[in-house]
Amino acid sequence: MFNLERWQEIFEAIRKNKLRTFLTGLSVASGIFILVILLGIGQGMQNGVQQQFENDATNRISVWTNVTSVEYKGLNPGRRIEMDNRDYNLAINKNKDKLEYKSGVYSRWGQLTTFNKESGSYRVEGVHGDYQFLENETLVVGRYINQGDVNNYEKHAVIGNQVYLDLFKGKDALGEYIDVAGIKFKVVGVYSDPGGEREETRIFIPISTAQRVYNAGDKLRSLAFTLEKHDSYEDALAASEAFSAQLEADLKTKHTIAPTDDRAVNVNNSLENAKKFYDLNKMIRWFFWGVGICTIIAGVVGVSNIMLIIVKERTKEIGIRKAIGAEPWSIIGMILHESIFVTAIAGFIGLIFSLFLLQIAGPFIEMDYIKNPSVDFSVAITTVVILVIAGAIAGFFPAYRAANIKPIEALRDE
Amino acid sequence: MGKNSLHVLKGINFTVSEGEMVSIMGSSGSGKSTLLNILGILDEADEGTYTLDGTLIKNLNEKVAARYRNKFLGFIFQSFNLINYKSALDNVAMPLYYQGVKRNIRVEKAMHYLEKVGLADWATHLPNELSGGQKQRVAIARALASDPKVLLADEPTGALDTKTSYEVMELIQGINDEGKTILIVTHEDDIAHMTKRIVNLKDGLIIDDSIVTQVRAKANSYV
Repeated sequence: MFNLERWQEIFEAIRKNKLRTFLTGLSVASGIFILVILLGIGQGMQNGVQQQFENDATNRISVWTNVTSVEYKGLNPGRRIEMDNRDYNLAINKNKDKLEYKSGVYSRWGQLTTFNKESGSYRVEGVHGDYQFLENETLVVGRYINQGDVNNYEKHAVIGNQVYLDLFKGKDALGEYIDVAGIKFKVVGVYSDPGGEREETRIFIPISTAQRVYNAGDKLRSLAFTLEKHDSYEDALAASEAFSAQLEADLKTKHTIAPTDDRAVNVNNSLENAKKFYDLNKMIRWFFWGVGICTIIAGVVGVSNIMLIIVKERTKEIGIRKAIGAEPWSIIGMILHESIFVTAIAGFIGLIFSLFLLQIAGPFIEMDYIKNPSVDFSVAITTVVILVIAGAIAGFFPAYRAANIKPIEALRDE
Repeated sequence: MGKNSLHVLKGINFTVSEGEMVSIMGSSGSGKSTLLNILGILDEADEGTYTLDGTLIKNLNEKVAARYRNKFLGFIFQSFNLINYKSALDNVAMPLYYQGVKRNIRVEKAMHYLEKVGLADWATHLPNELSGGQKQRVAIARALASDPKVLLADEPTGALDTKTSYEVMELIQGINDEGKTILIVTHEDDIAHMTKRIVNLKDGLIIDDSIVTQVRAKANSYV
């Protein structure tokens, strides 16, 4: 391997056979390039899908009510069901040790909000302090709504990053008063949400304040919970399904709704969606691995093919070398050495180009289901190594055969 | 290679002493190339013995065969068999590479042999930039480079015109004059008569083996 004479011999062969070297290299480099880009896009799709599901906590259970659709105990269908604080308290008292986060929600759409001369129309949601985690929100500055705000009917507001940009244009917002539908609220925090702009055009205020300023009594629009974590996905799903079913039954009993009515009370268990997401992610991963492995196989076949042709093309040369006194292993060594060298260099060139492309273009790719395609470096290196080894193995057999045919036959080969 | 083997040589018994220049003649199919291949350790006889410089050549593995070829023999082929992506100098230096000679010494020796065949000025040229006669002279220089005991030439002038053939033969005669043993396979009478002994083959048997008066090839100058 570190025989200088051998290297000189190989470099000479490479230098004098530029086209052959170029074609071999091109096929290896493009194979690696395609593979890495594919894996990158696969990762990008995973990222994209993940983002679609990341808006809210993945184990969130949401409850909202609608009008009844079934006549029950003498009550007509079409009755509007509204939840209130007692429903919320019932749920949390009954499941105290099961719940991780919990919040009631009272929301209003399209509330005109102004600060100085800037204004916008946003959704206002009265929530409990846990809602931050239910919505998977991160605070940029300040704090979230807390229990003190709820207890004291504070006129405090946490605004979305987009609201902040619209109204404050990058100026300091903490402690400023915004005007929401005619009522002054003090900004105590700015949050960001992985769901992006749509999720960041909301204003959160304490639930108690919301019920009071909107004259809603103790009504709630919806409830949101997450359950304590479980070790396995299956356990988590079973627990959350049981909880959802129990909650739905309780609410139906309390509001006198037919058990068969599937419109009046909606309990949405996002863990079921999360399962879809897990499955989808798994499928994407399998798919791209499948495609990747096929690409590697195609690459290996391509490299093998080229090695066969190279050995065939060099049969006469091998015969000459043998006649002159080359030993078989020196010939096998020479062919393999050259091919490993060329495939390795070409492989790394393909790798560098593809990584470079992903690095440059990746962050700009922000489609609905593809986000920041990137590839695990060690995976990419592994593929190059696999291709080089495969090329060497593929080259070995024809080289071995060529080195062992009688020189006189090799010399006759035209 | 079919299953049916063909016995080409049917009993050859002859000895070549050091310094001889022998031509092997015969019509095509007479077995002259096969004989040369056996002598060149490129092929092996099914039966019989072959002793080269006191060494019995029998059942050699490829590695040892390669070493013997490198040490004892120099080949000159009809179709030159130069490696076409290597310069004349590198072609000549190749046997030395397989002897494990260092590069600078290799180049020096190869240059010496190129000078000997009158092609020093063409050292950096590729084979396809050379004429047929020049290619064969490069091949001769290559055959000489490893300083072998015996030069084996298979129709060395077969691809050359008469004038060039004579030039090449003059060179080969000069090499023989310096004491190298040379065997030439040819079917041309005039070439055969430029050697010192003619062995005539027919159907795998020697039908005639006679010493001849060597005709000196007369070419006025090298190209």
